[in-house]
Amino acid sequence: MQQLHLRIFSLAIALIGLAICAYKVSYLGLPLTPDEDTDVWVVQARLAFKGNTGPAKVAFAVPGETPGFTRLDEDFISGGYGLGVEEEGFHRRVDWAKRRAKGSQVLYYRVTLAESLNNKEPFQGKAPKYPERPQYPEPYDSAITSILDDVRAESADTASFSRELIKQVNAEEPNENIKLIRSLSHGRLERVDQLVEMLQGARIPSRVLYGLMLNKAVGDVELQPILQVFNGEEWLSFDPTTGEQGMPDEFLVWMVGEPNLVASSGTGEIETTFSMARVNRDVIEVATARADAMDSRIMDVSLLNLPLQTQNVYKILLTVPLGALMIVLLRNIIGLRTFGTFMPILMSLAFRETQLVLGVILFVTITAIGLLVRFYLERMMLLLVPRLAAMVTIVLLIMLGVSLLSNSFGIERALSVALFPMVIIAMTIERMSLSWEEHGAQHALLEGGGSLVAAIMGYLVMSNPVLTHLVFIFPELLLIVLAVILVLGRYTGYRLSELWRFRNVEKWENK
Amino acid sequence: MFISPSRLKAAGIVGMNQRNANFVMRYNKRRYYPLVDDKLKTKSLAQEKGIAVPELYGVVEVPHQIKGLEKLVKNKPGFVMKPAHGAGGNGVMVIADQFGDGYVKSSGQIIVGSTLVHHAQNILSGMYSLGGLPDKAMIEYLVQFDPLLESVSYQGVPDIRVIVFLGVPIAAMVRLPTRASDGKANLHQGAVGVGIDIATGVTGNGVINNQLVDTHPDTRNNLSGIHIPHWPQILELAANCADLCHLGYLGVDIVLDGNLGPLVLELNARPGLNVQLANGFGLEKRLDILEKRQKDIPRSAEHRAQMAIETFSAA
Repeated sequence: MQQLHLRIFSLAIALIGLAICAYKVSYLGLPLTPDEDTDVWVVQARLAFKGNTGPAKVAFAVPGETPGFTRLDEDFISGGYGLGVEEEGFHRRVDWAKRRAKGSQVLYYRVTLAESLNNKEPFQGKAPKYPERPQYPEPYDSAITSILDDVRAESADTASFSRELIKQVNAEEPNENIKLIRSLSHGRLERVDQLVEMLQGARIPSRVLYGLMLNKAVGDVELQPILQVFNGEEWLSFDPTTGEQGMPDEFLVWMVGEPNLVASSGTGEIETTFSMARVNRDVIEVATARADAMDSRIMDVSLLNLPLQTQNVYKILLTVPLGALMIVLLRNIIGLRTFGTFMPILMSLAFRETQLVLGVILFVTITAIGLLVRFYLERMMLLLVPRLAAMVTIVLLIMLGVSLLSNSFGIERALSVALFPMVIIAMTIERMSLSWEEHGAQHALLEGGGSLVAAIMGYLVMSNPVLTHLVFIFPELLLIVLAVILVLGRYTGYRLSELWRFRNVEKWENK
Repeated sequence: MFISPSRLKAAGIVGMNQRNANFVMRYNKRRYYPLVDDKLKTKSLAQEKGIAVPELYGVVEVPHQIKGLEKLVKNKPGFVMKPAHGAGGNGVMVIADQFGDGYVKSSGQIIVGSTLVHHAQNILSGMYSLGGLPDKAMIEYLVQFDPLLESVSYQGVPDIRVIVFLGVPIAAMVRLPTRASDGKANLHQGAVGVGIDIATGVTGNGVINNQLVDTHPDTRNNLSGIHIPHWPQILELAANCADLCHLGYLGVDIVLDGNLGPLVLELNARPGLNVQLANGFGLEKRLDILEKRQKDIPRSAEHRAQMAIETFSAA
């Protein structure tokens, strides 16, 4: 019963920890391994124009909703211009204004984007009204009517109708009607507007999205149109030249069906250029910004919001439960004997500063010299507390000696001995000497060796880059560690040491 | 080299984890621990209930009392000084004799008064107590052990450890000091552990450091076949101690005094691993039997000792 209760509880907290971690990985994109980088895009729009020395106003459409991407950061670089950002439905606009704009003026809009992990079909909104069939001027009216009839004959529904229309309008060998229509338009953008007009003729609501293909090479880019038609339930996207259905990959929607990218008053002609760059950024940084953009509360309670110094302390502290788990394994499963329960963990922490090999050498050296001194002190018959105080002082002096000596030999690392926990070493020496007197050298060395092994194992776990990264970014994983510790708390099986200790038991019985 | 867990299980050996989780934690209430951890409390409680214990000569509780230490032991040729909160025989000093300014330890080593005083200071400062808490030093009667066990002891006092579960003795061993153990009856330090048949009180083979032995390493005498004197009395004494300290799972350390008979030396709330080694059988089966027959366990210690003999004879 007790056992079941414990298992259910442990399982529950482990699942909670796992769930939070899974959310952070799959929705916020936090990395499971350290030092991961991810690509982000920096897209920049440059608006250059000549001022008329009078007041100038520029309205510029900027991305609002960005399906497939998360807006991490936005900059409006506009010296001396007043700035306002307005958002209405799918439309988002920045308004720049200046009382006196003289000479050449340049405005920048820069946005940093990361790939979004929850991709949904964008820009659905309310169902649009069905448009009235417009009256086209002749001879276009009859041409369009005939094209629409052709298309209708070869299609089944709105999607296939739109696809067929796009195909016919872009056909390599167009018929006379198409030729006539095409002669009216110049360039891709106008061709798309024509498609919208023609679809209106079939009473199909349609609109154009304009955006940038971010998967294209770095450099200057142009807005590309995407045709969207409404099939009665949802908006479908089509490439207006190939008729291919669906949103292209890595397509940043800049604006939705808006007639004007730029509108201005009091300025000369505005030249707008887009450029983009793919930049490598730390995944954690991106994930944090993404969580911010997604209004996720989880990163509000993240360790990454703490002051850097506190973070660094927690980076170490969070690994302590891992070391504690190691001690549980070593003591209750293996049956290793150590001085003090968690004293080896404190040694492990010290090894972090000195690195393993050097740390072990220092530990063994200082303990050995300390033991010799301790045996000498024994003859003076000091009381316990003064004796311990004397040992702390002596350990410090030994450490100082080691540092000075290693300095003169040019071993710089040994200088980090300064952070070696001398009180712990003093206690280890004290307990080891007691054990030596009471139970003999073998016993003392065994326990001392056990402590050292535990400290080394603890160090290996606590300094493992993947594990330290995991507990720091996903502290909830400590719930899993806790669950394992709890379950091990009811482990009633044999320890490995007992399998050794009782190895002769069967021989006994046969006697 | 290792034994497989399944074979160990088949032998019924109770491991430390199992002992702690299923017996110590389940049957020993924390609040009764002080009764066994503090040997002074155990002693006075035992005396109240009329259980035989070595006579207490005196206690050193605060440092200034140490001055009176030598006066206290002046007319006691042999005595034992030990920490009230010691564990595993740590900090026990056995003085077998004294002459002039010198004291003779049981090992034959001669020490001076200041060494004795220093040892008392160490005890008071908590050197041997759990957690290093300040402790008290007890000075008590040195057991004049039964000559019967002399042939298998090397200096020092052999003691008998009886495991008592739910008030019923289930297993016992006698721990015999050796030269290697420095006269201490501690298996970790090289003393011989010899299993005792709970029904008859006759010894079996011995174990030193997990190795089987037939004879005592120093005296070369046979370890098996010795009838422990006063055996029924020992069982009853052990059963009595369970009522005394309210612990369901208990180790009782008993010494045999040549003149006074069995005396309870101390109680232990976490015993049971070495006794399995010394006896060569696991405790699991016996613990199991008693756990299932909890309702049949009689009230009086005498009957419980009887039950042990009946239940575990020729087991």
